[in-house]
Amino acid sequence: MNNIPLTIKETQEGLKSKKFSAVELVDSYLAQIKKHNDEYNIFLTVTEELAYEKAKEIDQLGDFSNPLSGVVTSYKDIFLTKDVRTTAGSKILDSYIPQYSGTVVKKIEQAGGIMIGKLNCDAFAHGASGENSDYGATLNPWNREYVTGGSSSGSAASVAANMSLISLGSDTGGSTRQPANFCNLVGLKPTYGAISRYGVIAMSSSLDTVGSLAHTVDDIEIMYDVLKGEDGLDGNVLNARRYTLNPRPKLGIAKEYFIDGLDSEVENMILDVKKTYEKMGIEVVEISLPHTKYMVPVYYIIQPAEVSSNLGRFDGIRYGNDRNSFGEEAKRRIMLGSYVLSAGYYDAYYEKAMKVRTKIIGDFDEAFKTVDAIISPISPTPPFKLGENTKDPLKMYLEDLYTTSANIAGIPSLALPSTFSKSGLPIGFQLMGPRFSEHQLIELGKKYHQEIDYKPKTAF
Amino acid sequence: MLYKTIIGLEIHIEPNTNSKMFCSCPQNHFGAKPNSQTCPICLGLPGALPIANKEAINKTIKLGLALGSDISKISKFYRKHYFYPDLPKSFQTSQKDNPFCIGGELMGKKINHIHLEEDAGKLIHQDGNSLIDFNRSGCALIEMVTEPVFHNVEEVISFTKELQLIARYLDISNADMEKGTMRLEANISLSTDHGLQSTAKLPDYKVELKNINSFKFLEKALIAEIERQTIALDNSEKLVQETRGYDENTKTTFSQRTKADSHDYRYFVEPDLAEIKLENSKFEILNSKLPELPEQKRKRFAEQYKISSDYINILVSDFDRANYFEVAVKLDPSLTKSIADLMINKQFDKKYAAASLVRKLKEITNVEYSSQSDLEEAIREVLYESPDIVTSYKNGKGQVIGFLIGQVQKKLGGKGNPNMVNLKLTEELTNKNF
Repeated sequence: MNNIPLTIKETQEGLKSKKFSAVELVDSYLAQIKKHNDEYNIFLTVTEELAYEKAKEIDQLGDFSNPLSGVVTSYKDIFLTKDVRTTAGSKILDSYIPQYSGTVVKKIEQAGGIMIGKLNCDAFAHGASGENSDYGATLNPWNREYVTGGSSSGSAASVAANMSLISLGSDTGGSTRQPANFCNLVGLKPTYGAISRYGVIAMSSSLDTVGSLAHTVDDIEIMYDVLKGEDGLDGNVLNARRYTLNPRPKLGIAKEYFIDGLDSEVENMILDVKKTYEKMGIEVVEISLPHTKYMVPVYYIIQPAEVSSNLGRFDGIRYGNDRNSFGEEAKRRIMLGSYVLSAGYYDAYYEKAMKVRTKIIGDFDEAFKTVDAIISPISPTPPFKLGENTKDPLKMYLEDLYTTSANIAGIPSLALPSTFSKSGLPIGFQLMGPRFSEHQLIELGKKYHQEIDYKPKTAF
Repeated sequence: MLYKTIIGLEIHIEPNTNSKMFCSCPQNHFGAKPNSQTCPICLGLPGALPIANKEAINKTIKLGLALGSDISKISKFYRKHYFYPDLPKSFQTSQKDNPFCIGGELMGKKINHIHLEEDAGKLIHQDGNSLIDFNRSGCALIEMVTEPVFHNVEEVISFTKELQLIARYLDISNADMEKGTMRLEANISLSTDHGLQSTAKLPDYKVELKNINSFKFLEKALIAEIERQTIALDNSEKLVQETRGYDENTKTTFSQRTKADSHDYRYFVEPDLAEIKLENSKFEILNSKLPELPEQKRKRFAEQYKISSDYINILVSDFDRANYFEVAVKLDPSLTKSIADLMINKQFDKKYAAASLVRKLKEITNVEYSSQSDLEEAIREVLYESPDIVTSYKNGKGQVIGFLIGQVQKKLGGKGNPNMVNLKLTEELTNKNF
């Protein structure tokens, strides 16, 4: 087959009309992987046999009515896949073969998805560039001198490089949205409690969400509808009532977003987005999120605290490798987290951060009384070069300025590609809405892409 | 010198729930093949998440209600961190602030709180290897913490026995020390202040005595530790905060861990478990389901059955035996004391069902027969009530006398002397007045 379709709809139409078979689809993606993976370091494990097995099964059944029938899917390597090595991007788990699959992996399998492999990522999802992977950084398919963003680096790169149609990442502080943004993709960070985290290696339990990456908002919608809902295994997941869409939605931009660190290209893009919505007759107003400046400090207390707890199980007794196999960033976060939780410091750090978290949630509750969604930058800068931020961890942490708020508040956020920077790299924005307003954000995202006549495209 | 002993208790009870605290593996692990009852959750595998066991929560609250604790309207689980090979997540899910039950009292001893947590696995050291059995990992565990209000060994033992009994009455656990479903830790210190009233004057150290797995050990270990501390203080030695175990062979306690390596548990609220909100209606339902507790039963038995307090204590110490006693007594209240005698001295309740015990009892005890006048009265009534039978008899059907004897005995509650009944009946029937 010549061109691999870039949407679920086209893929399934092609399968139905026998333009190509599922096996041929797998052939094409595998060919792409074989051609570029060594160079771009996207897949850690390619599940060729399993993919062909599933594709044959689909071809034999000839039934393409399941929502993800024939959709070739890749997984960030923190999703547990039964009998398939799962490393979390860390040497600690270099030889770890899980005995069970995560809920979302099972859901995708049941919906007809074909797993093609497991993806590189910042070790234990700690990072905003992919450079913290113990298996080396993933290169950005749009320009190999640049980072893909992180921590779901491989997820974004695999879709941008046409090695899978969709991908699952995770989003604890922006780890799905920022790489989606850096690789010209749509990414969804769902409401905390919309999608089960069962079988996803935990980073920060109160912030972790399962992220979806695809070329179009339509595909993100299909993925969300497949993935959401109670599974009886993640006690924080709720079957939400259908969210009532506002037919005349109103948008807001927080005045606190326009700070010194905001790159002018990103700022101008945000102003363009505002104009685009206004052109469609959607009102965009200025709002205030007064606690925005505390976002990164709060995030870098709560998140390492929970990281230090969740990584404790890798104590050298199980899982093959001892604690020396932890990378620098994991060690840094374990130290930070243990410190903020320790007797004598708990009140000053963790306890206080939890209080500010409540204030931040209050900010958003207040804002959503007047607007249905908030337009925000994702990264303060366009994609940066490999090695540019690695010397200064604090500078890297500031990458999370705009993305962590949705995790801290537990609200959904949709990352949308918008344009390309002067250096030819993708930039985009996010829409954040109230809890369980995913479909409202999806509608707003579709409108925007219609208006700018967005066409999905891959880097090569 | 004379010292005042101060003991506080931490008592762990493994509730008899169907499943473990946060997964669906079986709770009962006694005698199970090692590592045969595990899953990703209780093995602490990456990606696994807990779901709280409602049955365990209800049983914890039942215990609190029985002991007059305040039940928290909003309760939370916490992560308590420490490294140990039998703790696969590197934290134990336990409670800290807002445990399910706060305060309460048993036998006049104040309870600090009762909380719910998960158990760790079990380390087995054999042939130079250390093995881990995770069957117990993640099992539900109720922990009661008392105030430091015990001043001698007897108090500790009677309190612990009573708690065990209450756990059995409430059907929350068999609380068997030998099987490990009840485990005890005692914090012991000695004070020179005999007027000790407030906790502010507690000694500046305490020794935590661990691994006590029978009432016999409990007594011996406490006595040994009190003796060790007494001698040390007499010799003006400084006692330190530490954890000690009891060695049955040497009949002494030995140091296991001192304060220098005490833990900072880095507690924080378990993000994977939502707060547990308890409605008033739920307390009422649980409260209305509480059975009569041992102390209430003892009082009632004393009033209702007028048997000795020794007998009452023995009967009430076993929920089933106390029930047996009451069933038997109901069959024949006049035999109350004999039933208790036979149960306690001869263990007849182990051999016979309650009804057959009562029957047996009537055979072997010298039941006093009804008086002559009662007997004559009963015969007259029976003959008056059964003219047809009497006619049959007169017509030569002598065998109907059996029926009449039965009727008379019925009126006499079985206490008619059989020979007398027969004699008198025949007399009356042959009386020409009839």
